[in-house]
Amino acid sequence: METTVTKKTERLIGKPIRRREDPRLITGTATYVEDIELPGMHYAAVVRSPHPAADIKGIDTGAAEQHPGVVAVYTGKDIDHLGAVPCGISLPDLRIPHHHLLAQDRVYYVGHPVAVVVANDRYIAADAVDLVEVEYEPTDSVSEPEEALEAGAPAVHAEWPDNVAFTHHQEGGDIEKAFAEADVIVKERIVSQRLAPSAMEPRGTVASWNSGDESLTVYSSTQIPHILRTLMAGVLGLPEHKLRVIAPEVGGGFGSKCELYPEEALTAFIAMKIGKPVKWVLTRRDEFLATIHGRGHIDYYELAAKKDGTMLGLKVKIIQDVGSFHMLLTPAMPTLSVLMLPGLYRFKNVHADVVGVFTHRMATDLYRGAGRPEATHGIERMVEVLAAELGMDPVELRTKNFVPPSDFPYDTPMGVSYDSGNYAAILEKAVQTVGYSQLREEQQEARRQGRLMGIGIATYGEICAFGPSPALPTGGWESATVKIEPSGQVTVMTGVSPHGQGSQTTFSQIAADELGVDIDDIVVTHGDTSTVQHGVGTFGSRNTAVGGTALVLAIRELKEKIETYGAMLLESDDVSYAAGVCTCNKTGKTVTLGEIAMTSWTGPTYPANTQPGLVATNYWEPPNFAFPFGAHIVVSEVDRDTGEVAIQRYLAVDDCGKVINPLLVDGQVHGGVAQGLGQALYEQVVYDDTGQLVTGEYMDYALPKAAMVPTIETDRTETPSPVNPLGVKGVGEAGTIAASPAVVNSVVDALSHLGVRHIDMPLTPEKIWKLVQQGGSA
Amino acid sequence: MIPQEFNYSRPGTVQEAVDLLADGEAKVLAGGMSLIPLMKLRLSAPEHVVDLGRIPDLSRITENGGSLHLGALLTHHQVATSALVQEKCPLIAETASHIGDAQVRNMGTLGGSAAHADPAADYPAALCALEAKVRLVRRDSERVVGIGDFFVDALTTAVEPEEIITELILPVEEAGTGVSYQKLRQPASGFAIVGVAARVRKDGGRVAMARVGVTGLAASAYRATGVEALLEGSEGSQADVAAAAAAVDEGIEAISDLHASSDYRRHVARVYTARAIQAAL
Amino acid sequence: MKTQINVCINGLERTDEVEPRLLLIHYLREVIGLKGPHIGCETSICGACTVALNGKTVKSCALLAVQADGQDIVTVEGLATNGQLHPVQEAFWNEHGLQCGFCTPGMLMTTRELIERNPEPTDEEIRHGLEGNLCRCTGYQHIVNAVKSAAAKVGG
Repeated sequence: METTVTKKTERLIGKPIRRREDPRLITGTATYVEDIELPGMHYAAVVRSPHPAADIKGIDTGAAEQHPGVVAVYTGKDIDHLGAVPCGISLPDLRIPHHHLLAQDRVYYVGHPVAVVVANDRYIAADAVDLVEVEYEPTDSVSEPEEALEAGAPAVHAEWPDNVAFTHHQEGGDIEKAFAEADVIVKERIVSQRLAPSAMEPRGTVASWNSGDESLTVYSSTQIPHILRTLMAGVLGLPEHKLRVIAPEVGGGFGSKCELYPEEALTAFIAMKIGKPVKWVLTRRDEFLATIHGRGHIDYYELAAKKDGTMLGLKVKIIQDVGSFHMLLTPAMPTLSVLMLPGLYRFKNVHADVVGVFTHRMATDLYRGAGRPEATHGIERMVEVLAAELGMDPVELRTKNFVPPSDFPYDTPMGVSYDSGNYAAILEKAVQTVGYSQLREEQQEARRQGRLMGIGIATYGEICAFGPSPALPTGGWESATVKIEPSGQVTVMTGVSPHGQGSQTTFSQIAADELGVDIDDIVVTHGDTSTVQHGVGTFGSRNTAVGGTALVLAIRELKEKIETYGAMLLESDDVSYAAGVCTCNKTGKTVTLGEIAMTSWTGPTYPANTQPGLVATNYWEPPNFAFPFGAHIVVSEVDRDTGEVAIQRYLAVDDCGKVINPLLVDGQVHGGVAQGLGQALYEQVVYDDTGQLVTGEYMDYALPKAAMVPTIETDRTETPSPVNPLGVKGVGEAGTIAASPAVVNSVVDALSHLGVRHIDMPLTPEKIWKLVQQGGSA
Repeated sequence: MIPQEFNYSRPGTVQEAVDLLADGEAKVLAGGMSLIPLMKLRLSAPEHVVDLGRIPDLSRITENGGSLHLGALLTHHQVATSALVQEKCPLIAETASHIGDAQVRNMGTLGGSAAHADPAADYPAALCALEAKVRLVRRDSERVVGIGDFFVDALTTAVEPEEIITELILPVEEAGTGVSYQKLRQPASGFAIVGVAARVRKDGGRVAMARVGVTGLAASAYRATGVEALLEGSEGSQADVAAAAAAVDEGIEAISDLHASSDYRRHVARVYTARAIQAAL
Repeated sequence: MKTQINVCINGLERTDEVEPRLLLIHYLREVIGLKGPHIGCETSICGACTVALNGKTVKSCALLAVQADGQDIVTVEGLATNGQLHPVQEAFWNEHGLQCGFCTPGMLMTTRELIERNPEPTDEEIRHGLEGNLCRCTGYQHIVNAVKSAAAKVGG
């Protein structure tokens, strides 16, 4: 794509301008948490449980405490007065175990923090971890959620011997009638395996206590600085206004940094205790052990349809592997899946039962897509299973069942309202671009030659731009402050907390267009609770749709004030502001934004009933979510002899509403696709039968490398969202949601003539080879 | 992820190095690609580390009679890109180019990889197929060990604590010999789930020489002599290759792990053996 | 027992006393203060810590500082000269070859070596050449584009 390096005040929305974030990132001058150095810095290191379930019989910290350079060792008893790691979700029968910052008398998963050592040197802290002697008495553990539900399984929490963490039921329409009227019912058990979000920057926190004014500054690798402040103040019992949270440069999050983790609060606690700045950063191994995992679904699907392919209804049972404790939004993951169960299809009868299950594992929670990939994977797999059952082409089957463009806004049986879309058109575009009918002919030829070629389609809709406040425990609004400095330069403060998305660039584009000023006169800041107005943060593909809208509305308010000042300076009651200049519509006389700004701050006089200064803040509450959609098509070939999969083409056609910066949209799609493809082919968090984490390093957890990801072709349609004035929807999670079913559908399609209908992820060569063997010469 | 404390020595000559090792208490550091991660994970905690990285004698490539002598400190990149190695012993050069990634190939060494004897490493397959010899030097003596006696078990070789590997001795490939290294990569680590190195020479329409080395399948790399015997004397037809390759796992106890079961490893070993032989023919 | 090392880092000579166990990445980041190279995995897979040692890329989390004694080191901070971005940096910027930026210093160093060794790499050669650098954000597509663009600029 052509990139434009612009300094003009041309319209920037829609232009592929290169990012304003990049100069610091490509020169090594960005400051991530690990880069922060404060005078007198100390280092914390965490002692973790090697057992999935054990009673702690004793902890001897003596040797560690006496190790030269160690200043303190803390164990569970030192923090038992502090609050619990919070869960922000409420459900009628939600069971929330008290989640202490450090284990008390029991450990519940491998990696459970048991003690924390503090030293004046990170090497000494690492040495001292080995000197803490913990006496454990291991007890039986249960790792697989379906085993945990069996009678007699070890109870993760003694007070709830059935290991049920919560249940949830939602239905729409008349499922019994739909199934009674069906000609065909297809059933499948579909697993969305546990994944490690794997931001390249491990989590970390630096905390600094000022004993004089009893204030605490916390730098944390987080997606939600303001929420983190509220939560942390609560856990520590610290007045919230004495706590400043800063999200410095954050090296990716993908949902995993949308939490209050025990270590974040512990670092703050220690800084207050020892009166010295403390740094704590996870190793990658600890990141695998103790950062939330994503997915972890076992789903039972039943799809009812007529012989002609008309889909009638869907029954789903979702078993969510919770892990041993809830994190901030854990119970909302499967309930979010439920909202998207019908996909893009217009059937009205849905019946969903969810059970969350405690297991002796790290918690699951938000990971890119967060509940929606599981739902999309399910329905898009089931459509293929139905197509195979009916002998229908999967494109035809989908098209027949799509919600038609005339039905928007479309109320789904799950109680949400899809904002806008044209599903048939985007699938048609993908089909045409990829040359679908030609590919089907090539597939026939390949089969004649004994080759296993597959064509996989996935269409998706996703719920994003989170969202109306009733949907979120944090509030779903977002904020922006726009300040015209006395010089006329513009400072934007946004409540979102981008960490790789490029929102400093997109927000600059929006502000430049809306204010009509040069982009170089705009600076976008975020992530500091002391300087930025209250905000919600970055997750759920919400930055541009919600934060960008707050920005637009703040500027619109400000423009009125600019005109008020302009009118005073121009001595006219008929002025209009555009492109950095306020013009008297009668005389044509002008005054620049800079002149207006200077007057607004320095006077000497101000318009009547108008406050000094050009600054406006907007808190915008969205009336609805936005619903991006798209169609991805994958061509693959399976090596009959080994089961290896080669992806030959990957086409992504997405509709994320109005595009602010196509370069960045493509980047989001590429990255999302790589993560969905990673789930489909390579990635899995594996705990063995004894509850040990097997995939604890990148030596065993297969994060896709460059050579494992194909060239990704992108295209799009642009259906504006009516939900916000920018018309934007969101694109952060789309690729991930579409990719896993597209890839799996392609591989299943390659094997479909051997009788294969479903394969669970990841599609390892061994799994596929076995299926080819079982298919024999069919 | 920080090593325990240790003492560090960096000898300038082989003699200085073996003097430092004479008490059998020190650990040898070459490129560090295997040892340093182990030390960071604290799976290895030597009290004394002897760094061979500055001994110029250990990075030589020399041809001597029918043999190629490769210094133990040659990096994978040097082995992969040396014109002399590519010409005289293309199998080891090809195999070197498949190891790890660019940065690992810049730092990791031939001797270090051999000494570490990871069951999934690439080099051992080629070294077996090449019937390499390993020169081991200690304070007062030296010995040359055939590769069959060198790899003892997973992470275990014939190298004694007082010894260092100074060079590997490989045959200069006769004209007409084809070679190939084929591997199924473990997607996370890049190591071999199974890797097969083959050298084949035909003479008068028949396979006159076949050597096959296998890594990843068993606890240590081995020469698949059963395959070789079936192939030698045959016409090397597709059927001959398939029949020979089927013997690759005979008498072998196959590894099973997260990434592949023993059954699948056996199967893939047969497929990749056939592919390596076909590519070499 | 500390050991003295002399190194030349981004053109500047340094002498320091270091513990033998000090990893090169910690030496660079904490003794020298070069925060560009990052620690992403510590098992020499992710490559965020990649620097050039005597002109060859290495993973500085899997090297001891003492191994670099007497050698020349270039980090991402040494790529730009006289305020002028290196073509590789310019290409990553133009092609949107980075998002969160954490892997970027390593990617840039590896790319620099890749196009030195292979001035006209194919897509496949680029993807294989970047095997030692993980990126979780970009899906690599724009990185591949950036490497090609940088190669064209350097070569042309």
